[in-house]
Amino acid sequence: MKKDLHPLVMIALVAAATLFGRALPTWTLSLATVAASNALIALGIVVLARTGNVSFGQGLFFAAGGYGVALIANAWGLTDAVTQVVIGAACGGLLGLVIGPLIARYSGIFFGMLTLALSMVFYGALVKSTMLGGSDGFNVGRPTLFGMSFTDPREADFMLYAVSVIVTGFAGIGATILFRSEFGLASLAVRENNLRAEYLGISANRVISINFLIAAIFAGASGAFALMAQRHIDPQFAYWTTSGEFVFIAVLAGNQSVAAVFVASMALELVRSFSNLYLPNTWQLVLGVFLLGVILFLPRGIGSLWISKRHGRSTSKAALAIEEGAAQ
Amino acid sequence: MNPVLSVRGLEKRFGAVVAADGLSLDIPAGQKISLIGANGAGKTTFVNMVTGYLRPDGGSILLDGADIGRRSPRSVARLGISRSFQIPQLFVELTAAENLTVAISGVSARMSLKQRAEAQGRGEKAVDLLGRFGLANVADRPVSELAGGVRKLIDIAMALVRRPKLLLLDEPTSGVSAEEKFATMDRVIHAVAPDAATIVFVEHDMEIVSRYADRVVAFYQGRILADGVPSHVLKDHEVRRYVTGGVR
Repeated sequence: MKKDLHPLVMIALVAAATLFGRALPTWTLSLATVAASNALIALGIVVLARTGNVSFGQGLFFAAGGYGVALIANAWGLTDAVTQVVIGAACGGLLGLVIGPLIARYSGIFFGMLTLALSMVFYGALVKSTMLGGSDGFNVGRPTLFGMSFTDPREADFMLYAVSVIVTGFAGIGATILFRSEFGLASLAVRENNLRAEYLGISANRVISINFLIAAIFAGASGAFALMAQRHIDPQFAYWTTSGEFVFIAVLAGNQSVAAVFVASMALELVRSFSNLYLPNTWQLVLGVFLLGVILFLPRGIGSLWISKRHGRSTSKAALAIEEGAAQ
Repeated sequence: MNPVLSVRGLEKRFGAVVAADGLSLDIPAGQKISLIGANGAGKTTFVNMVTGYLRPDGGSILLDGADIGRRSPRSVARLGISRSFQIPQLFVELTAAENLTVAISGVSARMSLKQRAEAQGRGEKAVDLLGRFGLANVADRPVSELAGGVRKLIDIAMALVRRPKLLLLDEPTSGVSAEEKFATMDRVIHAVAPDAATIVFVEHDMEIVSRYADRVVAFYQGRILADGVPSHVLKDHEVRRYVTGGVR
């Protein structure tokens, strides 16, 4: 039987990944920072997907986190990177706390479309808001860390890399603990047969709302990272193509492994960067072929390369079965 | 003795089809009651209303004197009514033990973040419960790999986790071969006995009914045709005509 990694080993891996940044060339450092930040939001999508629901509108929380941090940073001069991540996570989380219970009763395509619609409403509001810079957005200052400023670009990049890897790494450890827990098991149960879960006394809505909240917190924190990396925010953060990119990573990763999300995010950034470099006019085509290849050869995601395959997909339709029973 | 479940004037219609036509029934504690009737007689509709899946159009359902007619399946389960299904409702991608663990964690309103197997010994409890049904050897196998009869037993084991006041079993031996039906039912009755004092089971097999039920309630077109001990009900002329098919 495969033994799970102990959380202390995972912490050591996060520390090693952070220190490894010292050996990376500057361009790879930026790439890895973006990959870690995107992995964080995609991880939230994977957490939510374990209840059987996919959010096509995580850009909403991504933008909420980014705008929340940017407004507070500009108003109060808060530039500390860790504080900004906490604020971003809180903004995303607060929004998730309100929206989650409202949409938890929906499932499948309705759930996905509702999240998409909400993110596009937010996008529309941002574009029309002159106070927030409209479609141009606005800039923020360079982040600091515990009172230290980084004027050397290499050091600034490393600081951002380190914070993003540590935060995303700990989010990954948290998600791993969640996946292995009773609550994680209940999430899978809700995905497979939410009516049966209800008959066992489990509130499917509550399970979905909690997972939704976690996804929103991760997305808000990711928005803070994106803001720190670009030092600029605009409504594009909430646009549907931005959300789609995060779903793209989640699809590449599959929902069986936390590590797969990081691998998928890094793989996507590498494919995108190299195809952009060598095939500047057709890089989207390369990206599409890459996704097709993964779906074709690894239909359960990159994680299925090292996670033992569970047998058979759920085909049970609880309500239908009960109706059939009633007809007997 | 006060009944565990008391149903009065229960009504349910699906368009022109009358599934429950003023049903009244008392179920005292400790009985094993079988609901019989032809397809469409209203047995499963009755079970679905009692467990909160369907809302009755009229009438009342009292569990220990409290009205549960408008409650959700989750709320009804928490109050002490559990059920199994004609088509087993399991989490097929999970193992048998994981299915039981989900059921056990559903008993507590709070779910632990501890590892599944470690959380308050729930993993062991799941395997123990499977052992009671003679299924300890399949604990680590995904449900999708298991035979229909085994799934049926797991479904019943999951319903039993709450130690319900009233356990409703929807055709516990359907899909089980004629040679195995008594062994399966013996296993169910034996495994259920310590945790569920009152059992209501929907059944089509009259041999099972006469062997295991203390009381039989015969349904026909949403009404109760006969109610009494098996030896009397199964000989009833109307029951033989409309339910068991013994009279032409």
